Amino acid sequence: MVTLFYIGLFLCCFLCLYRIGRGPTAPDRTVAIDILGIVIVGFCAIQGMVTGKDFYLNIALAWALLSFIGTIALSKFLEGRSFDE
Amino acid sequence: MSEIIGYILIIPGILFNIFGCIGLVRFPDVYNRLQASTKCVTLGTILLLIGVAFASHTGPISAKAVICAVFILITSPTGAHAIAKGSYLSGVKLWDKSVVDKYAEQNKQK
Repeated sequence: MVTLFYIGLFLCCFLCLYRIGRGPTAPDRTVAIDILGIVIVGFCAIQGMVTGKDFYLNIALAWALLSFIGTIALSKFLEGRSFDE
Repeated sequence: MSEIIGYILIIPGILFNIFGCIGLVRFPDVYNRLQASTKCVTLGTILLLIGVAFASHTGPISAKAVICAVFILITSPTGAHAIAKGSYLSGVKLWDKSVVDKYAEQNKQK
């Protein structure tokens, strides 16, 4: 059962990586990077459930924070403004 | 018993994740991809985290999974709106079969 969870999440990661490599414009890649960050948070949660150690959930929280900040920074960069407006 | 409830919540979560990522690959436009993938992956990951909170027996994993679910529920739509406005202002056109563009209508009225 746990192997099926890993296979499904690996499939999600490879589909996101396909869109990051292939995407015709920069916003496509930004969307795919955002989705990849959220999928990796789920991956860390599954790993924490399987091994029974709770520091994987700390990694998941930090990854969610960094993914959100990176998404906001990339969208402001796409919008053509500087970071302190 | 709690493991069964957790697995019942985790399996639809992973299915929603896979459907959202297939939408990310198959749809024709930035905005369609953003809509499909953000909604499906947010719901799927929240279901997965709540399932992990049910299925794990120790306390800290459940508490941190619930905190992480609330955090993703707040931040993911915010990031999606920021990406949509940024991609519109950077000059990406809509798909040629899209029919409505509220942002351009509002800017024309002003």
